[in-house]
Amino acid sequence: MNDQMTPPPALGCRSAPVLKQRGQREVFCGLTGIIWLHRKMQDAFFLVVGSRTCAHLLQSAAGVMIFAEPRFGTAILEESDLAGLNDAHAELDREVETLLARRPDIRQLFLVGSCPSEVIKLDLSRAAERLTQLYAPKVRVLEYSGSGIETTFTQGEDACLASMVPVLPDTQERNLVVVGALPDVVEDQMLSLLADMGVGPVQVLPARTIDADVAVGPNTVFALTQPFLSDTHAALVRRGARHLAAPFPLGEEGTTAWLAAIAAEFGVTQDTFDAVTEAPRRRARQAVAQAAEALDGKSVFFFPDSQLEIPLARFLTRECGMTAIEVGSPYIHDEIHGPDLDLLPAGPQISEGQDVDLQLDRCRAARPDLTVCGLGLANPLEAEGLSTKWAIELVFTPVHFYEQAGDLASLFARPLRRKRILNGPALEAAQ
Amino acid sequence: MKLTVWTYEGPPHVGAMRVATGMKGLHYVLHAPQGDTYADLLFTMIERRDHRPPVTYTTFQARDLGSDTAGLFKRACQDAYDRFKPEAIIVGASCTAELIQDDPGGLAETMGLPIPVIPLELPSYQRKENFGADETFFQIVRHLAKPAEKTARVSCNIIGPTALGFRHRDDVQEITNLLYELGIEVNVTAPMGATPGDIARMGQAHFNVLLYPETGEQAARHCEKTFGQPYTKVVPIGAGATWDFIEEIRMLSGSTAQIDSDRLRQSWWSRSVDSTYLTGKRVFIFGDGTHVKTAARIARDEMGFEVAGMGCYNREYARDVRTLAKEYGVEALITDDYLAVERAIETLQPEMILGTQMERHIGKRLGIPCAVISAPVHVQDFPARYSPQMGFEGANVIFDTWIHPLVMGLEEHLLHMFREDFEFNDAAGPSHHGGHAAPQAAPAPDAAAAAAPQDDNVIWLSEAEKELKKIPFFVRGKARRNTEFYATERGLHEISLDTLYEAKAHFAR
Repeated sequence: MNDQMTPPPALGCRSAPVLKQRGQREVFCGLTGIIWLHRKMQDAFFLVVGSRTCAHLLQSAAGVMIFAEPRFGTAILEESDLAGLNDAHAELDREVETLLARRPDIRQLFLVGSCPSEVIKLDLSRAAERLTQLYAPKVRVLEYSGSGIETTFTQGEDACLASMVPVLPDTQERNLVVVGALPDVVEDQMLSLLADMGVGPVQVLPARTIDADVAVGPNTVFALTQPFLSDTHAALVRRGARHLAAPFPLGEEGTTAWLAAIAAEFGVTQDTFDAVTEAPRRRARQAVAQAAEALDGKSVFFFPDSQLEIPLARFLTRECGMTAIEVGSPYIHDEIHGPDLDLLPAGPQISEGQDVDLQLDRCRAARPDLTVCGLGLANPLEAEGLSTKWAIELVFTPVHFYEQAGDLASLFARPLRRKRILNGPALEAAQ
Repeated sequence: MKLTVWTYEGPPHVGAMRVATGMKGLHYVLHAPQGDTYADLLFTMIERRDHRPPVTYTTFQARDLGSDTAGLFKRACQDAYDRFKPEAIIVGASCTAELIQDDPGGLAETMGLPIPVIPLELPSYQRKENFGADETFFQIVRHLAKPAEKTARVSCNIIGPTALGFRHRDDVQEITNLLYELGIEVNVTAPMGATPGDIARMGQAHFNVLLYPETGEQAARHCEKTFGQPYTKVVPIGAGATWDFIEEIRMLSGSTAQIDSDRLRQSWWSRSVDSTYLTGKRVFIFGDGTHVKTAARIARDEMGFEVAGMGCYNREYARDVRTLAKEYGVEALITDDYLAVERAIETLQPEMILGTQMERHIGKRLGIPCAVISAPVHVQDFPARYSPQMGFEGANVIFDTWIHPLVMGLEEHLLHMFREDFEFNDAAGPSHHGGHAAPQAAPAPDAAAAAAPQDDNVIWLSEAEKELKKIPFFVRGKARRNTEFYATERGLHEISLDTLYEAKAHFAR
């Protein structure tokens, strides 16, 4: 089923030396994941046990007040909680009681640990157990840490999903679990592709509601749609499930390779695979080609942000004609990122972790045509004449699978097109 | 522990960042876990700053906690000095670093950096953003400002503007011009735009103009005590306050220069007959203490509104706002709980809200127009155009901003006359706002809603309920509330068509 695929590069990046520096890391903490997770799981509430900083982060990262009453909130620790004057557990019980009384629609409650709750060693697993007993069967209470000392940005989703794995029901059935929060429209596209190939039964984690019948057991295979789910991966393996390693379904090539790994596992014939994927592949290639016009021959530099950097670099270099200068990722797991690193042609500096000032020095020296970075760095770099793409948009926008491949290329092309428009033809001619 | 959905203020170290980012040549070394760097985007995205805030974070992680976070802090501090070569450094901890008690101030002092190092103690679990800014600026002034000979000509410092402040950029320009017209030079504007070197010469000024008490009052008091500089008490927001401010400046400086007030259009605009419709509009005012106090005066004395309620989210100004509320005959709401504010607005059913971005959202939900008068800031609060709140131009800007969300005079009458016109109906909202939100009336559950007692045991009979729906949306809430109040007061349990109109006559004005 590789007939239409670009051959992999003679030398990929999987064994390339990785630059590891330690210094200031300009990244979000794992709490940020709540912003998309609370939209995905429609009966879930995320209660952060933390400080005013946590509440402020959620509000600022979400863009102030998008939702009238969101399904997340922060139980802010006060002086008396720290001094041990209050029993923090009693306080938490009281807040949860008020919350559940006001929001009877809530079926799953996540207690989310933060930096301060970790440092004072507030045991949220004990709280979750106690509260589950109290509110079962109507409400299930789980806990995970989204703290900055434990997690970086998208690792919050990983921690959340990993916390759900142990409570999934057992099954002996052979099933496919697709793991990673996707926008509903993208998830539906993916499910319909798999259904058309005759792959099933397919379940999705996280499911939209608690009533969905996701189960796991020794005959379960699972595929990840997001490259940041290493703890969830480990938790599923512990339950006996087997991972189908593949490049991530970003771009036409990634999507095809991802589907092919599943098709091979489920014995889908080449004819069926081609029949199901041919039309969307053609559409995806066409859409990417149009959007990638602005990207062809340009260079790109990735600051570490979401762990999506490696698959995205693979997409931009192999499908959009770009050259990668540096591909930074907060963490690199060979098991998960390996297939994409194999496809990424050797050349770019692969870096893990960050010393932001040193990395900025490298970026300024390289003067890439496009820099992918966080919101804190984007405007300052633009002011220095570098074009930037905010990395967070890649997490908030539907970009996976065939029908979004063109949109994904457009996201990167837009800053370059915009600069061309604003600079005008005269400036371009001068260049 | 307190459950919070949205917050009006960030943590105190964000206040310190607002001071550091507003200044030049100052660097902030913040002991903080990974993730706290989110605060950078407040400045680069909301305020669209073209530089990173001058802040170095230690961004410690779990694996550092077992080893040497103090060493990490010292390295970050040294690196920041070597790279940025600031004139002075402020050091502090965010909420998590406060718990691990590394004492950044003490550590930095032992490093022997050749520049002033100013330690900050900002209790994250007790105080908030405004306190953080106020305290930080005070510590900077206390450490750096030295007694100095006064300037030959009468001069003043402008105190209080910070990065990420609500219209600070334009207020400073407006007030600087006004002072110039009065013949007074501005010695230093701080924190915004000042270097540590500028802070050192603040003592040269004859007096201080305190524009934002929330972020500058402690420093102003310190300068009064240490350098004998009196400071202004009037915040010049609104026409009346601007005149009072000019008078106060004349008293402090001896200036007799005449002021050309031709560009103050607000006073005539408000007297113009087309503004008659503003008379007695019931407004609810909420925001930071200073902006609420000034807005109340403008609302009542310059716009002719009725102040139906007021409050502030910063407890530091609770006493001031309570006193003022009493003078206006209303109860002050002092809270930082967004849901409590929403409940108050729902109960009062004002015709307009003067609030923050939070109240704008509440207004959207309840169908009540809202104009924004105060922080917390939103990207919309940093317009490209010149748009001060202070001085004469500020009064003009406020007039425009406040009437914009309202249905205008004649349109209001037309809506009354042609209530059921299928195109020109009240659900369409003010005609100068395009593409409007869906109408509020929910047709399906009407019967239930009509029977449901709104208040205690008062029931709307279906005829009265139907009539109520014919009342335009922007007065419907008030009509409902007045009628129920009227009925309750008279011990009526049912509201009929007659009750509705009797109440209308009773409350006519």
